[in-house]
This record gives sequence, structure tokens and C-alpha cells, in this order.
Amino acid sequence: MELSFLIYKVLLVLGVFTLSLVIAMYTTYAERKVAAFLQDRLGPNRAGPFGILQPMADGVKMFMKEEFIPNRANLFLFILGPGIAMFTCLMTGAVIPWGKDYVATDGTHYPIQTTDVNIGILYLLGVVSVGVYGIMIGGWASNNKYSLLGALRASSQMISYELAMGLSLIALIMITGTLSVGQIAEQQLGWHWNVLYQPLGCLIFIICAFAETNRAPFDLPECESELVGGYHTEYSSMKLGFYLFAEYINMFISAAVISTLYFGGYNFPVIYNYVTDPLWISVVSFGVMMMKVCFFIFLFLWVRWTLPRFRYDQLMNLGWKVLLPLAVLNILITGAIILLRQL
Amino acid sequence: MANLTNRSIIVVKKEMTLLERIYLPAIFSGMLITLSHFFRRKATVSYPEVKRPFAATYRGQHVLKRDEMGRERCTACGLCAVACPAEAITMTAAERKPGEENLYREEKYAAVYEINMLRCIFCGDCEEACPKEAIFLTDRMPPALYKRGVLVFGKNILVEGVSADKRTDVTKRQTANVLEFKKNNRYAHNR
Repeated sequence: MELSFLIYKVLLVLGVFTLSLVIAMYTTYAERKVAAFLQDRLGPNRAGPFGILQPMADGVKMFMKEEFIPNRANLFLFILGPGIAMFTCLMTGAVIPWGKDYVATDGTHYPIQTTDVNIGILYLLGVVSVGVYGIMIGGWASNNKYSLLGALRASSQMISYELAMGLSLIALIMITGTLSVGQIAEQQLGWHWNVLYQPLGCLIFIICAFAETNRAPFDLPECESELVGGYHTEYSSMKLGFYLFAEYINMFISAAVISTLYFGGYNFPVIYNYVTDPLWISVVSFGVMMMKVCFFIFLFLWVRWTLPRFRYDQLMNLGWKVLLPLAVLNILITGAIILLRQL
Repeated sequence: MANLTNRSIIVVKKEMTLLERIYLPAIFSGMLITLSHFFRRKATVSYPEVKRPFAATYRGQHVLKRDEMGRERCTACGLCAVACPAEAITMTAAERKPGEENLYREEKYAAVYEINMLRCIFCGDCEEACPKEAIFLTDRMPPALYKRGVLVFGKNILVEGVSADKRTDVTKRQTANVLEFKKNNRYAHNR
């Protein structure tokens, strides 16, 4: 392995890491701003111009707060919980293609993707399901019944929706014929966005992504009225911050995955007509990707401040009795169409 | 049962149609509604920089007026204290000494005049009751304080300053209509 290749990859990893953190930071700001705007308010506007330093202020507050660990908690697991949550959500960014590969004049490829493994989607699903451990361990290690109930609710919700999510992805894999996220993104050149071929699958995937990230209307894991707080009841200061921050990173990654798998990723129909320089193509495609991601993050916020949350049995009904059969139906329809085309 | 108003609606428990059961159209229309709020004018007032104007008749913190020569108008008659439904006003009368004519307008004046702002309900009855045009409520907000004791306001807070720039403008509360209204005892119950 060449040294330059290694350095390039390390830089890429650091870049994706920073990108995730910065975007998640500003999503917390955007959330408050969007919430305010949707409710005819102004939102944070005191820290810096338009309040853009608000995330820093929030961060300082999180670090300065009293750190409290319950006496009867399992210390190791208690600290491990938020760590796992943070770790898994940062890992998922590795397989997402952020832009079109830059091919230098001497023929070397510079992919704007940390690694294009040929089992990318399996990797995504695998890492996402490890995220459940973060919540479950956190709730269990707190040694608090409310936390445990919260963790139970969170993990059963996430596992239920992971099923429908996986099944909706199977239909997608059937038409793309590959598990590599990079290839799926590349196939959607021009207008061949997967959402046009898989509208139902896309809808199911988006709904499941909302449930996976514990966003409204699926934000059942946290609940002040019946669970005191949820799986993070006993957490304070930056450990709580890690859980909440992991949720925002998850949101960013989900937005990136939705736009990569279904909405053309870094492709946009007209850019290749105007941009020809390979370097600029990479830059512009990265910009396009970011725009799509920002739109989906906005969608997350928009839905949160529009829809009321589910009751827990409704949530389970929707997951098991509606989304799961629909996803299976989607597979059947997709399979039938593929077979018909081969005749 | 007889209708009290014409606004009652009969509740119908109808089966939802398929489109309604899918919920998605309702969700999208809801999202359009919230999005339309995104572009509306915001109701927020950035308080310390922008202050909402008060109505001229807003009943805020009291002021004890001086007359055009700078003498205190209050003659300690006690009518305001009698009129006060919350019994917030107390005063001690004193007699004007020779040489104090530039300080007090009448022979009697209030040596101590206190309003307990914790009791005051800002009804404005003291203002109505005052025959000497001495006490008025203003459009100033009474301050929020940390200690209860300091909320009994004495003359040092209530009496307005002598110089022209320290005077409190109450002309809006003394329009011809108001003065005419005050004269008419028939409406006294209505204030």
C-alpha cells in the first residue's frame, strides 16, 4: 500500500468525521431555529450574529454541568453506553459516497468516499443495529427502572423497524443488483433516481429511518410523562450530550443514506451538461449531495414540528402490521416486474 | 335537549375512507400548514432592543405629581387609601411649617406616603379618587425585585422629580372626556 494512498484515506476519514460533527452541531441549532420559525418565533439569536454561536454555548454548558453517576450503576457499562452510541453513528459515514470520484490526469482515482466495500448496505445495517446496544446498555447500566423501560421501548422500536427497513432495501438491491453503496449512487445518473422505481420502498425506508433515529413522530424512547426521561434518565452532562448528539449525527447519516440510496446521491440531472472539468465535477457533486442531505435534515425537523407522536401500541402496529407486510408486498411486486421484463 | 347556541355539531362516527386511513394526505397537508408558518411574520419582540408601546391608559407604576411650581400636590386627605380595594396605600399626614410653601401646595401634606406594591392590584381607583390630581398610574412597568421588603414604595420612589425632564407626562390620562367623567358621580360604579 502506498503511503500517499494511506494519507489520502486518513484525510478522508478525518474529513468525514469533522463533517459529521459540524453538521450535527449545526443541526441542533437548525432544529431550534426551524422549530421557532414553524411556530412564528425567532429562535436563538443572541449568541453571535443570528445566534450561530449557539451550538458552542450549548456545548460549553454540556461540559460545565455537574457529572453525576448513580452509586448503584454499573460504572463500566454506564460509560460504555454513550460511547457505543457515538461510535456507531460515526462509523456509518464510512461507506457513503459524498461526491463523484476525482480522476486525476495521470489516471489515479481519488474517491470521495472513505471506503467502497462491496457489502456496503450490509455494513450500514449491521452498524446501525449495533447502535441499539448503546441505548440498551445505557438504560440497563443506570440501574433505574424507568431507564430500563425506556431502553426496552427504544430497543424494541428500533429492532421492529429495522426489519421493515431491511426488507425495503431488499427490493432496492433486487433492481440495482449490487450491495455497494458507491455503485448504487453511480447507477442513478441523470434522472434514474431509485425513488422513481421504488416509491413504496422509499416511503417505507424513510419512515423506518425516522423510527431508527428516534425522531418524532417515533420519539417514544424519550418521554417525560411516563418514563421520567427515558433510557438516559440517569445521564447528565456530556454523557447525556453524547446520546443527544449521536441522535443528531444519526439524523445526518440517515439523510445521507436516504439521498444516496433513493434520491440520486451526488447526481443531479443537469450538472454534467455544464461542468466538464473533473475536479469541478467532484466539487459540484459534493455540493449537490450536501444540498440533498440538508433538505432531508430539514424534512426530519419539519416532520418533528408537524406531527404528534404515536402511542406505543400504534407504533408497534404500524411497524409490524403495516410496514412489514407492505415491504414484503413491495418485494413481490418488484420481483414480478423484474421477471416480466426478462420474458 | 334544547340548543343553547347554534354552534353545536352532531358527532358522527363514520368509517374512514381508504385515503383517510392511509394518513399520508393528512400528513402532507399538515406539513404544508406548518411550512406556511415558516414564512409568516414572527410574533417575537426582541425585548431589550425593541419595546412594545403601551396604551396611554395602561395602569403601571404610580407617580405622585407635583404642580407647575414644583410643589407636591398631595394633601394627605386619604381618599386614595379609602378607595384602594387592596388596602395597599398608607400615609401619615403632617402640617406645613412656615417657609415650606415652595414644597407643598396645601397646608397639609403627606409626610409618609407608602404603596405596598405586593398588594396593589393596579385597578386605578386611587387615581379616580384623588381630588387633587396628585396620584396617577403611569405606563411604566413596576420593577421585579428579589426582596419583599423593598416593594413597599415610599415617597422617594413615588414622587416625581422637580425639573421638567423628570416630570411624568399624564396628559393622556387627563383628556377632557376623562375629566368630565370624573365629575359625574353617576358613573362612579363603572370605573
